[in-house]
This record gives sequence, C-alpha cells and structure tokens, in this order.
Amino acid sequence: MGKIFNQRNIIILLILFALVFPLIYADNRYVLHVMTIGFIFTISVYGMNILAGYTGQLSLAHAGFFAIGAYSVGILTTQGGLNFWLALLLAVLITCATGFVLGLIALRTKTHFFAIYTLIVGYLIYLLIDKWDGLTGGIRGLIGIPIPDPIGPITFESATSMYYLVLFFLLLAIFVAVRIVHSLTGRTYIAIRNSEDLAQTLGINTTMNKLVSFVISVAFAGLAGGLYAALTRFIGPDVASTHMVFNFLMYLIVGGIGTLSGPLVGTMLFIWFEQFLKSYQEYHMLIFGPILVFMVIFFPSGITGGFYKLKMKFQSAKNQKNVRHIKSIPVKSTKE
Amino acid sequence: MDLFLQQFFNGLTLGSVYTLVAIGLTLVFGILHIPNFAHGALYLIGGYVTLMVMKGTGAHYFVAIFASIIVVALLGILMERLVFNPLRNSPPIHDKIAAIGLVLFFEALVQLVWGTEYLRMFSPFDNNISVAGVLMTSQRILVIVVAFVVVVLLTLFLKKTMMGASIIAMAQNREGAFLVGINANAVAMMTFAISGALAAIAASLAAPINLVFPSMGHLVILKAFVVVIIGGMGSIPGAIVAGLILGMTESMGATYISNDYKDMIAFLLLVVIMTIRPKGLFAKGVH
Repeated sequence: MGKIFNQRNIIILLILFALVFPLIYADNRYVLHVMTIGFIFTISVYGMNILAGYTGQLSLAHAGFFAIGAYSVGILTTQGGLNFWLALLLAVLITCATGFVLGLIALRTKTHFFAIYTLIVGYLIYLLIDKWDGLTGGIRGLIGIPIPDPIGPITFESATSMYYLVLFFLLLAIFVAVRIVHSLTGRTYIAIRNSEDLAQTLGINTTMNKLVSFVISVAFAGLAGGLYAALTRFIGPDVASTHMVFNFLMYLIVGGIGTLSGPLVGTMLFIWFEQFLKSYQEYHMLIFGPILVFMVIFFPSGITGGFYKLKMKFQSAKNQKNVRHIKSIPVKSTKE
Repeated sequence: MDLFLQQFFNGLTLGSVYTLVAIGLTLVFGILHIPNFAHGALYLIGGYVTLMVMKGTGAHYFVAIFASIIVVALLGILMERLVFNPLRNSPPIHDKIAAIGLVLFFEALVQLVWGTEYLRMFSPFDNNISVAGVLMTSQRILVIVVAFVVVVLLTLFLKKTMMGASIIAMAQNREGAFLVGINANAVAMMTFAISGALAAIAASLAAPINLVFPSMGHLVILKAFVVVIIGGMGSIPGAIVAGLILGMTESMGATYISNDYKDMIAFLLLVVIMTIRPKGLFAKGVH
C-alpha cells in the first residue's frame, strides 16, 4: 500500500485534480473564484515560508509587498495603459527592487527588532497607499483594472481561464520553492535559521543570504499581488493592512511553517473554512485566534509537520519491532 | 507662541499616554523577552471595561478605572499562564505568533460583545481652563497628572520593594535571579499584571478624548513599539523620554507639517532611527 501512495503519486494526483477541477464545477463561478483566490494567497504564503520558515526571519511587511505588486499592476495598466504581461513583469521587478532596498536596511536588525521594524514598514506602506490619492486613488481604491491581455488564441475572459492562469503560476511558484529548498542555497538558509552565529562561523555570508532570501520572498508576494489585481479588478488599501499579513501568517502556521506543503494545505483549508463561516465574517477570529495560539503551543510545525512527526513515530515503532534484538541506536532526524 | 504652547501641552498629554502603554510593553520585554503584540488588546479591553462599568452601574469614573485595572491585570496574568508560559522554551518566532493570535481573538470578541460603533466616554473632568492663553480641558491635565503619579509610584515599587527588586533582578540577569531563589513564575505573573494595569489606566485616561472603538488599540500599540525601540527595549527611563518625544513630535508635526500625515511622522521617525541605529537609540551593550 505504501508503494501506491508514495510522494510522487500523491503529487501527480493533486495536479490532476487541480487540472480537472474546473470541469467538475464548470458552471459554478463562485467555487472557481474562491479556488483561484486561494491559489494566489498560496503563492504569497510560499514567499513568506521561504523567509520565515527557512531563513527564520519573520517579516510582517509581507502584505505591504503584496500590495506593491497589486498596485503596480493596477496603476501601470489603468493609468499607464500598459499590456498586462509587461505590467506583471514590471510589478515583480518593482517589488523586488523595493524589497532589496528595504531588506538592506531592515536585515541589519535582528529577531524581535526585525519583526517590529517590518510590521511598522508594512503599516507605512498601508498609510502611504491610503493617503496618496493622486496615484493610488486613496481610500476609494483602484477601479477597472483590465483582465489579462490574450496570448495568441488564448483569452482570459472566463473564470476557468483565470483559474488555469493562476494555477500555472502556483505550480511554477511551488516548483521554484522546492528547487530552492533542496539546493545548497536552501541548506544555507536553514543553517542561518538554526543559528546565525554558527552559520557565520562556517563561512556563510549571512547578510547576503538573508537579503537574497528576502528578495525572493518578496518576489512571490509581488507576483501574487499582481495576479490578485487582475483577478478582482478592484483593489483598495486594505490589501496592505496588518490583517492581511496576519492572515498570511495564520495560513502558514496552521499549514506548517518550514515545510514545503504547509502553505498549500494551510491556505486552501482556511480559504474554504472562511467561506463556510461567511455569515459570521466579523467573528471569524473568535475561532481562528485561539486556533493560532493552540497550534503554536501544541503543534508548532503545523498540520503537515504534525503529520510527518506521526508518520516517523509510526515508522520507527515498526522498525523497532523488526530489529528488537539489535541494540537500539538513537537516530536523530536532520531532514526538514 | 500661543499656538506653540498649546501644541506643547497637547504633546505632553499624548506623550503621557504613549509612555504609560510603552512602560507596560518594555517591562514585559525586559523580563520575558517577548514583544507582546497583544498589549494593544489589553489597552482595548481596558477602555471598554471602564466605559461599560460606568454605563452599566453608573459608577464614578475613578471607580470604573479601578475596576478596569483589576480586570485587565487579571487578564494579563491569564495570558501569561495560558499562552506565554507554555511557550517559554520555544523559538522567539512562536511568542510573536501567539500574541498575534490573541490580538485577533480579542478584537473579534470586543466586536461581538460591544459592537463596532464608536462610543463616547463622559468624564467628570470636561470643563475648560485657560492658563496664559493655552486652553486646557481638565481631562488633559488629569492625564498628565495621573501618568506622572503612576510613573513615580511604579519607580518606587521597583526600587523599594522586594517584589519590585526581583522584577529588576530578573530583567538584569535571568540565571542570576534564579540562583538567588527568585520565583520566576511569580515575577512573570506580576509583570503581566502591572503591564495590564498600565494599559487599562492609559486607555481609560485617553478614552474621553479619543472615543472608544474596536480598533483603538491598533495605532496605540504600534506607536508604543516605536517608543520602546527608541527608548531601548526594557528601559523604563528610555520609555518615558521617548514617549514624550513622540508625543511632542506628533503634536508639532500635525500643526506645522500636515495633519493628514501625522500618524506617518511617528513611523517615519522610527524607520529613520532604526536605519541609523539598528538596536534603538538608548540600547546598551550587547544583548
């Protein structure tokens, strides 16, 4: 049984399911829309995971960068009259450039200071969007962001086509995240997370690596923001609010911080959970707040992390039964 | 000149409120090394409890504040016991996330119980006094006086009593404090209680000027963080000085620069300071 449900098959099944999903709900725009929004947030949460989960730096300015991506696309397409694809590319570049400059300054601060500094920078971005009427439309927001321009024969007018577009970027984002984490760079990030001093002693340039990790993380947020603008076609300053970044954080923690599947699991779970509790929108947090606290205390590695731990326990119990007569050697797992 | 004096006075009021909130934050940070994002929730609940006690029982303003101090102090203790104590050995990122969970919960709770409207708190001190061309409501004078008295009392408590001394001892050297037999749990609970009480006082004092509403803790807590960082995490004198600086800057900035951008001034101030000195202005040595 273990052979059929191995990792590769599960991934193939999930991708197949995601591809077939619009065929099942072809006439239900609502379900597709929720799914697409979920995918977009997942991309952003993957970005957060690289920085907070692997490099160990909790940046609370993530929603700010999401908003920079969204507003870049919004402003470039509505006021600049640019082609969507060019605008999206520019949006990611703008977000990266802002992230680079901010990271250069912010990463000089450590742990708590970094979290507070980024929280306040995120709030500054929100205030800036809210007050800068001329460029961002202030509190009224940006209206009438066009849908993505067609590529050859492919148009993006229907909910289904937007779904596939976002799915493409989601798969791309996950692929990039997996490649990064399994590369030497990823190992370097984990080393920095586990002990910055030790990493430095090993000859790792921590400043440089943290900065690159910050820019990568921010690029994910910018991409997600750009897609969000094209999907909802209206954006207000709320996309930069602290509530947005707290939501991202909640998806990440519940899904599993520092795991590769965590962002996907957490985000999709919460997106649908929120839909079921839609009529109690203001009171969501009465349940979610305590869940967050509970998870951090009892399951700090989230749903996926908890699952892996259980699986490992089960396996080691099985192994021990088989080799009962051999003196047990404590094996510490170093795999993340 | 009159305008300047008026703004100076307003800045003093504002600074007093920031100072009270920031001292609570800095105390908790000094001892437990937690940046308590949930401090804003304590402030929020402090404001609401005072208002509701006044409305519900018709109690005097001061009685209501006293009730609020007790409720929020107990809430602080509860927070420490249920959330931060179990997390004391986790990586620092977890405390922050738990605190954020608490904020989200309390904000929703307040909305559920007391609604989302902006409520007015009537204080018995609403008459105006004019001194040398500066118009002051007596509520604003009360804010400054009470803040001053509270800070003096707190300093005396920390310097002159055994309990206070053990709080300082733990802030200075955790292991050393354990070695001489200081009860870490008692100190932690005490610190949270004081921190909650200060938040309740600050909220109750500011509420008649600023109204009571579910997101009232938001801006205040962010600014308190600005104060704590400028003043150096864990430093009480730093928090007092920085609180007053921030109050003045904001008050003057609103008059002489732009009222629209007055909230931004505080945050820009912090960004500039952190850019130049990543550990805050008055931070001492290595941590």
